[in-house]
Amino acid sequence: MASFSAVCELDMACNSSGCESGCYDREKDNGSKISVEDAVAGGGNQESVCVKCKCNEPMTFGDGGSDDGRFCAECFRNNVFGKFRLAVTSHAMITPSDNVLVAFSGGSSSRVALQFVHELQIKALKNYEASRDRSLPVFGVGVAFVDETAAFPALSTETVDASEWIRSTVSSLSPPAKDLHVVPVESVFGSDSLDARDRLVKLLDSVPDDTGKEDLLLHLKMLTLQKVASENGYNRLVVGSCTSRIASHVLSATVKGRGYSLSADIQHVDARWKVPIVLPLRDCVRLEITRLCHLDGLKTVELACRSQCGINDLVSSFVALLQEENPSRECTIVRTAAKLTPFYFNKIPETDDSNVPMATQRRLKRFNLKYDGSMTTEAFCPICNGPLNRSDSSDLDTFEEGQEADVLYAACCSSCRFQILPEDGSYLEQFSSFLPDHMISQVKHQKVDSQAHLREKIKDCLLLDDEEVV
Amino acid sequence: MEAGEAKSKKAGGECFYEVFEEEIHQVIVGNRLFKSGERVAIGASGGKDSTVLAYVLSELNRRHNYGLDLFLLSVDEGITGYRDDSLETVKRNEVQYGLPLQIVSYKDLYGWTMDEIVKMIGLKNNCTFCGVFRRQALDRGAALLKVDKLVTGHNADDIAETVLLNILRGDIARLSRCTSITTGEDGPIPRCKPFKYTYEKEIVMYAYFKKLDYFSTECIYSPNAYRGFAREFIKDLERPRPRAILDIIKSGEDFRIATTTKMPEQGTCERCGYISSQKWCKACVLLEGLNRGLPKMGIGRPRGSGNDQKDTKARSTAKSIESKQCGSLDF
Repeated sequence: MASFSAVCELDMACNSSGCESGCYDREKDNGSKISVEDAVAGGGNQESVCVKCKCNEPMTFGDGGSDDGRFCAECFRNNVFGKFRLAVTSHAMITPSDNVLVAFSGGSSSRVALQFVHELQIKALKNYEASRDRSLPVFGVGVAFVDETAAFPALSTETVDASEWIRSTVSSLSPPAKDLHVVPVESVFGSDSLDARDRLVKLLDSVPDDTGKEDLLLHLKMLTLQKVASENGYNRLVVGSCTSRIASHVLSATVKGRGYSLSADIQHVDARWKVPIVLPLRDCVRLEITRLCHLDGLKTVELACRSQCGINDLVSSFVALLQEENPSRECTIVRTAAKLTPFYFNKIPETDDSNVPMATQRRLKRFNLKYDGSMTTEAFCPICNGPLNRSDSSDLDTFEEGQEADVLYAACCSSCRFQILPEDGSYLEQFSSFLPDHMISQVKHQKVDSQAHLREKIKDCLLLDDEEVV
Repeated sequence: MEAGEAKSKKAGGECFYEVFEEEIHQVIVGNRLFKSGERVAIGASGGKDSTVLAYVLSELNRRHNYGLDLFLLSVDEGITGYRDDSLETVKRNEVQYGLPLQIVSYKDLYGWTMDEIVKMIGLKNNCTFCGVFRRQALDRGAALLKVDKLVTGHNADDIAETVLLNILRGDIARLSRCTSITTGEDGPIPRCKPFKYTYEKEIVMYAYFKKLDYFSTECIYSPNAYRGFAREFIKDLERPRPRAILDIIKSGEDFRIATTTKMPEQGTCERCGYISSQKWCKACVLLEGLNRGLPKMGIGRPRGSGNDQKDTKARSTAKSIESKQCGSLDF
């Protein structure tokens, strides 16, 4: 039986303290001169002055989105960049000695991420050149574009055009110069491009579920990015996921039975990978991002392979519908999910890096922004890298002597088992042979870890060699 | 694959009814929902869920000797043309299943029928009033019957909808409770939902083919309920992937929610003595609003003392925010 909490059932979607996007929240007016009637008129186009700085003329985007015509261009831009910078500093995403790889799809979010990282780098360079002792180095920036032509052969011309455009965009973001890495997604299988392409196609074709196929491709893209990053000396991977994308992910993960691992995917930092992933645009909504692109004349390209199918598409449509009804809904969804407990790896890991400046080290320690990288209390699904809920994963030890395929089945999360692994057990062996080596080696690691984990749990009851037996 | 087909395929051609009944039996036994000798009230609306529940529960009680004393408990919200018809169904069930019936009415308990409430507040927020009142009404009815437990017919679709709703509305505390098969063990009357893993489709099939007597109309005051969004979405999901409904429930069970965020402190209402985390229970707050002609009292975010009726903000909203959300129907 529930007791009635203070939070009424009809809680306004967006609490003033939480959502800092420019969404439609009257209580954040900061004493502006908006009258009730203006608010009703839908966005206050009658105002002649920015509600923040009270001096410049407000910007109108005319896109039908909320909060149009309230802020001037400068305040709007500062607001979005401010959220980016706050995320970067408060989560130690980028520090002076880092080498950062920005995942760039050509879409608006990653374009803004790239732009902002570039501006941060310019600022760091200016400071470096102006400082006398040159104590804080400038972090390095590279850009990666994953070419998915092998998975979508019909889009090959489009993708070639896109990479050309990306090349010229990146070279225009100089100085400081940035390396561009255009990597085909099949490179996770190895360097022999024909063989790799073939394996990719075989792998994807063996997944009957459309949603599973789409998700598997996403996992492969991440592996590709990880490979590029670690082979080229990067120690951070910047991904431009915004609030809106995360809101969709929250719902699609819920719908796929991935409630346990959800909190791992939606934090600012995801360090379960070799190269930790950081999400500096996590607190910005898509509307702000597209408006910023418009404002700053940032060109973007949307490849057709971005369109979704199956469950993912249903979720996107649902979120769009909810947004129509209430533009703050995606903020509320993410805010709710943010109340889930994150994992130990949702922080930058501690490393013994003598290159890290003392000032940075002190600051990171003081704010407890890192974790001890030797902790490994979680087991991970070899396909999606999601932390496994131990209570419902199969007992791996019973598959000690089993076939590799059975071990794969036991090692996967229930969602991947359903939507990615072949339904018919007899195809499992073949499927296993199509997977990239990295995923297979994860299966083996998991077996070892599970032994270690069990031992850790019962160690108090184990006799050590030198203890006397009474 | 359709949910029901999956069941009979699984059973290797066995009768759908047998499989359905056996699964419910397993859920009851596996989750230790009842103890022998308990007096159990079945929340009976006359709809398909509660009719199937009453039918199956009394059948299983007989077949497996649960040793339960079963009763039907019905709530009369005072909705003309809807509730009076469904109550006739429950009265027939009383005779058909041989289970004693107790009816509690909003009019007796609160002095207001839903018809009167809607006349006063319109079709926005009415579900909030009804949900809050119904919960208390069931508890009071259960106390009258002196039962140990309340059973409701909430099915997998209902619970999946509630999980989604709580995510959409930011209610992490409810999110952590809403997937429990038994709730309120530390309160006056624990409640359980034996149909937690049963698809709505299966219940409909069972009721239809067994030719059970039930009333199948939607509440006439519910068209604006926010729950409708979640319901449509789930229906869209069920077509390509029927197991998505159970997957949502699984996610709800697996969400990592710190135990410290779960329960608000429990006390009692100063006005009526009902369980409450605030000075007054929600029903009393709403009633006070109704009786004083202040229908927005208790609706929307708490402002100051709760008696504050500066509604200009609420009224001036271009999009009517309050209207979109139905009361939470967590049980």
